[in-house]
Amino acid sequence: MRFGEFGGRYVPEVLIPPLEELERAYNDLKEDEKFRRELDYYLRNYAGRPTPLYFAENMSRELGVKIYLKREDLLHGGAHKINNTLGQALLAKYMGKRRIIAETGAGQHGVATAMAASLFGLEAEIYMGAEDYDRQKMNVFRMRLLGAKVTAVESGSRTLKDAINEALRDWVESFEYTHYLIGSVVGPHPFPTIVRDFQSVIGAETKRQILEMEETLPDAIVACVGGGSNAMGIFYPFLNDKVELIGVEAAGRGIETGKHSASLLAGSKGVLHGMLSYFLQDEDGMMLDTHSIAAGLDYPGVGPEHAFLKDSGKCRYVAVNDEEALKAFALLSKKEGIIPALESAHAVAYAVRMAEEMDKDSIIIVNLSGRGDKDMGIVMEMMA
Amino acid sequence: MIDKSLVVFFTASYPSPEKTVEFMLTASEAGADVIELGIPFSDPVADGKTIQESYVRTLKNFRVKQVFDIMKAFREESDKPVVIMSYFNPIYRMGVRDFVERAYSSGVDAMLVVDLPYDEAEEYADICSSIGMDTVFLAAPNTSEERLRAIDELSTFIYLVSTYGVTGERKEISPLAFEALKRAKNICKKPVAVGFGVSKADHVRQLIDAGADGVVVGSAFIRIINEKGGSAVEDIRKLTLNLKSGILGSY
Ligand SMILES: Cc1ncc(COP(=O)(O)O)c(C=O)c1O
Repeated sequence: MRFGEFGGRYVPEVLIPPLEELERAYNDLKEDEKFRRELDYYLRNYAGRPTPLYFAENMSRELGVKIYLKREDLLHGGAHKINNTLGQALLAKYMGKRRIIAETGAGQHGVATAMAASLFGLEAEIYMGAEDYDRQKMNVFRMRLLGAKVTAVESGSRTLKDAINEALRDWVESFEYTHYLIGSVVGPHPFPTIVRDFQSVIGAETKRQILEMEETLPDAIVACVGGGSNAMGIFYPFLNDKVELIGVEAAGRGIETGKHSASLLAGSKGVLHGMLSYFLQDEDGMMLDTHSIAAGLDYPGVGPEHAFLKDSGKCRYVAVNDEEALKAFALLSKKEGIIPALESAHAVAYAVRMAEEMDKDSIIIVNLSGRGDKDMGIVMEMMA
Repeated sequence: MIDKSLVVFFTASYPSPEKTVEFMLTASEAGADVIELGIPFSDPVADGKTIQESYVRTLKNFRVKQVFDIMKAFREESDKPVVIMSYFNPIYRMGVRDFVERAYSSGVDAMLVVDLPYDEAEEYADICSSIGMDTVFLAAPNTSEERLRAIDELSTFIYLVSTYGVTGERKEISPLAFEALKRAKNICKKPVAVGFGVSKADHVRQLIDAGADGVVVGSAFIRIINEKGGSAVEDIRKLTLNLKSGILGSY
């Protein structure tokens, strides 16, 4: 399945049967009453759903608009990632796989995968770029404590993209007994659809909650975009509504410096990790090194559905740089007593920027995709 | 193109365009029947450590258009068939038609795109056929009969991956390879070459005895170049002669 021209299944032939197997299993299970009830049970009782839609009084007063925060930061593990890992780990279990592999950048998806694997009694191996492995020692330790094997990837740029490469290489050898639990709305079909569906619980709840609280839909929803899973999750149930949907990419040190990860804004069409989408690449199609202060946004590509939503004009994509994100990080901490993940701080920063141009009492919902505990080290260094 | 053939893989421009031409000629003279020329890529998900390393080193100073220069230089001295092996993105980025035209006019005989299964290849296959470029598609031990038939239809020969895994030397040929080879030979009309993990004369003989029309050897050559760089020529000649003896039955 494709999203317009984007997506597809650009993989070596050997991966076609496992992808077909996954697609069949998913199509059967997503309608399966028992599967849905079981997933719902764990989302509630293990992960902590539903998450609150919190009216941020102080920020709202300061900005002159109504700011709501969708509190994915309150989930088990500290980020939206668990919505997807519980769904896919349960799927893997139903498929009879005994092992799970995943890639991780900062370690959030790795931790959420390790949790789900431990919960469902599955073996887990997490691939992490050697660079990230050194920067994120605490999350490496958390994953090990949760029973996962963590493997540092020394190849290529030694970051998230290389961790995905290595996970794919593992999967080519192990697909008979292993599920690849990909961490965002990226990869070959059916991954972008599966991850989006499991993350859509965010948008579905948000819609119910805002209608209850305001008796109207919001004017805008803002979410950060790395691979794009928290954004797809909150956007998807609103795609046919009159709501402005804004995805915020990482401008890093500034798009003009080349040190950023804004693949939708500054990239070009290409094929990597099984999908046709937008990528940061050189003239010869080699992927470029990327940068963001938020490790979870530090990826040269983006999910194919976002590429489609951008080109079709259904969603708007913007970018926020490291400095602005840090300011928003501090602002939200101080004003609301909520420390956001640096990824989510990009969305907060854009909400602040756009509030200036919106009518009083406009409603902006920010997807607060994660909490900032994991970022204390980096922020302490930056603010010193 | 493939009939009891030894196919030898080199990484383009590794360690330099000139050396690649020299390696290709050396292997051809020593008995390689087809040369496979790999285009370095930043994210080679189907390749093991040995070829990855050659790509990383090459990419420090590489442009895709060097591949066409290598081909032209090789064509001045040899008419051995050359198959390009690439990931899709460098081709897509240049523009499929542009790439195929330039490859064709520089003397490339066929193209194999590792991460372009035939379901995604309609436009690419049309372009290749309109230009006269032959196409090769991968098959694997888990490829269904239906897919094998489609691959057979589109390929000038079938490149059968010997195992579940990435490129790289292995001690033994996987038992999967023999089963898969038997199936492929039953179903396909085109010749079947087996690659991934083939690295010794003994492997070559076993596969040819089991009915393979060709064998592809890559990592065993690249390992030598990883170790010896430009002075690998003599070792490349020896390895080619040795592997060829697995086909000729004279080792
Ligand atoms: C808190 C948080 N938000 C966002 C992201 C970015 O991923 P995505 O764009 O898939 O939501 C990450 C990734 O690690 C994350 O940890």
